[in-house]
Amino acid sequence: MEKKIINEESLIIKTEKIAEGVFSTAFKTGIAEKCLPGQFVMVKTKSDSHLLKRPISICESDISEGTIRLVYRTVGYGTKELSLAKEGESFELLGPLGNGFPIDEAQDKKNILLIGGGIGAPPLLSLARALRLTGIDKSCITAVLGYSGMKAGIFLNEEFGKEANVIMSSDDGSVGTRGTVMDAIKERELKPDIIYACGPMPMLKAIKLYAEERFIPAYISLEEKMACGVGVCLGCMVKTKEKDNHSKVNNARVCTEGPVFEAGAVEI
Amino acid sequence: MNLSVEIAGIKFKNPVMDGSGTFGSGIEYSEFVDLNALGAVVTKGVANVPWEGNPVPRIAETPSGMMNAIGLQNPGIDVFIERDLKFLEGFDTNVIVNVCGHTEEEYIEVVKRLRDESRVQMLEINVSCPNVKAGGMAFGTDPAQLEKITSLVKKNAAQPVIMKLSPNVTSISEMAKAAEAGGADAISLINTLTAMKIDIHKRKFAIANKTGGLSGPAIRPVAVRMVYEASHAVKIPVIGMGGITSGEDAVEFMMAGARAVAVGMYNFHDHAAMIRIIGEMESFCRETGIRDINEIIGCV
Ligand SMILES: Cc1cc2nc3c(=O)[nH]c(=O)nc-3n(C[C@H](O)[C@H](O)[C@H](O)COP(=O)(O)OP(=O)(O)OC[C@H]3O[C@@H](n4cnc5c(N)ncnc54)[C@H](O)[C@@H]3O)c2cc1C
Ligand SMILES: Cc1cc2nc3c(=O)[nH]c(=O)nc-3n(C[C@H](O)[C@H](O)[C@H](O)COP(=O)(O)O)c2cc1C
Ligand code: FES
Repeated sequence: MEKKIINEESLIIKTEKIAEGVFSTAFKTGIAEKCLPGQFVMVKTKSDSHLLKRPISICESDISEGTIRLVYRTVGYGTKELSLAKEGESFELLGPLGNGFPIDEAQDKKNILLIGGGIGAPPLLSLARALRLTGIDKSCITAVLGYSGMKAGIFLNEEFGKEANVIMSSDDGSVGTRGTVMDAIKERELKPDIIYACGPMPMLKAIKLYAEERFIPAYISLEEKMACGVGVCLGCMVKTKEKDNHSKVNNARVCTEGPVFEAGAVEI
Repeated sequence: MNLSVEIAGIKFKNPVMDGSGTFGSGIEYSEFVDLNALGAVVTKGVANVPWEGNPVPRIAETPSGMMNAIGLQNPGIDVFIERDLKFLEGFDTNVIVNVCGHTEEEYIEVVKRLRDESRVQMLEINVSCPNVKAGGMAFGTDPAQLEKITSLVKKNAAQPVIMKLSPNVTSISEMAKAAEAGGADAISLINTLTAMKIDIHKRKFAIANKTGGLSGPAIRPVAVRMVYEASHAVKIPVIGMGGITSGEDAVEFMMAGARAVAVGMYNFHDHAAMIRIIGEMESFCRETGIRDINEIIGCV
């Protein structure tokens, strides 16, 4: 049987700080070969005390170079440990995991909206690239990126700029629209015909409501605490509208059936 | 050198199996782990009907371990038989089905449904899950109730019965004796220790259920002590678990009195752990001149 998921000691080829508390780490890894936008990896810490692997989205992957890039905010032990690691060190990565964003759904769409709230932006960058590779014109894709403000720093906006029209918002108004990504969408009177989003739960709830009111298909990437990342522990559930095919109850595994869900299918 | 052991007339090619709930039914991990190499596959707790489980967060990391309050979410015995047991059909290993329930009737319904399933070598009855408010706790913490449920299960089961004990009791010896008195063919322990973690910044419980079951290396010394006490209290075989990460840990449990061992949450950290542990046990035996692993059971 061909292995779909790879577990590999992966070499760090570049680490950089890209904003206050936000880091980018690129790995040389076999995982690069198969990953889809929206999928994630589990990063194993080097500590005997912190035994759970940390889920991080794949921000970019390059098949020819065999590399993936993770962009993450330092929160606690695992992300700090990773951010301090130097080029030449390696970490055990398990992936690619999860389903990823459905790209085909965007094929006939003229107003594709990508919404990234803060550290939710990384998986959308690989999505933007993948959409462009299918032949979709840059003018059809808008990325709305939300930040706290200039003081903490903005990140990935330039990379998004190569693939999409970029609109920004910030809590303090120091960049783009003052307020949330939803405020920016309303201010610009954007009329999306499909939405892909990742970010904090209040943002995802607002997007779900916005999309439902306007009958726009929306795909949101969720986060939940994970122990296994591969579907065995049943720790990472999200409530679903219909009975889930695997669990037979109204609960789906974020790590396996997700992390990307059709907004209308989940109760968040 | 011999690593095989026998429990209630069932032969295990080696004493290593997974801890229920940390390996699913082997479907997902079979991509990485050769199930044929394991002494047994122990499946996630299954009830008579699908269970929704607890609200999230269900998981929290703790020092050298984790807490969980999954709430025994499971797809119910019908789907389990059709999907999970069918999947396990092709493998050359023992299958132990872990059973849960809120009431005596629910346990018995599952046990009866499994009577004719030849793929199932043993049943493990979870009377110890600390998460389900509806009564799971009571079966495993009151000796009289434990003895009663054991004998009811025994009356209805076709396969040998392992009673899985809760560590959340004052005297584990008393519970082990109650299971033996009820007719259990074996006991397994320990299940998770009831624990709590608070997020001081959010002033909230880390787990929505407030309490969760602690597992992992953090609980190993407690587990070894309980395995020692339980195995000295009864004549039936004991399956030991709680924080096993290596062949040496496994040997420690066997020296404390376990005839077999299970690896739980460490599978999440290292999905190759069980295979590695089997190899490490073999090396330990070779290096220390042990010809039969059964020699070390309860040797301290
Ligand atoms: C599918 C998925 C994709 C993700 N992608 C990214 C990303 O691209 N960039 C990024 O910065 N963050 C991402 N996250 C969040 C990231 O997993 C957490 O920030 C990280 O696990 C924190 O670990 P820590 O050791 O630094 O913090 P600690 O507080 O020490 O972590 C303790 C435990 O809680 C878990 N945990 C803490 N916060 C979260 C969270 N938000 N979600 C899930 N588990 C959490 C940890 O994994 C660990 O088990 C993603 C989460 C998921 C579920
Ligand atoms: C996520 C998770 C789910 C579990 N589910 C079950 C279960 O369904 N039935 C059961 O009897 N024990 C269950 N357990 C308990 C384990 O089988 C084992 O007894 C316990 O975790 C101690 O072993 P460990 O420290 O090696 O994890 C579960 C443990 C974890 C971590
Ligand atoms: S993290 Fe274990 S099932 Fe999703």
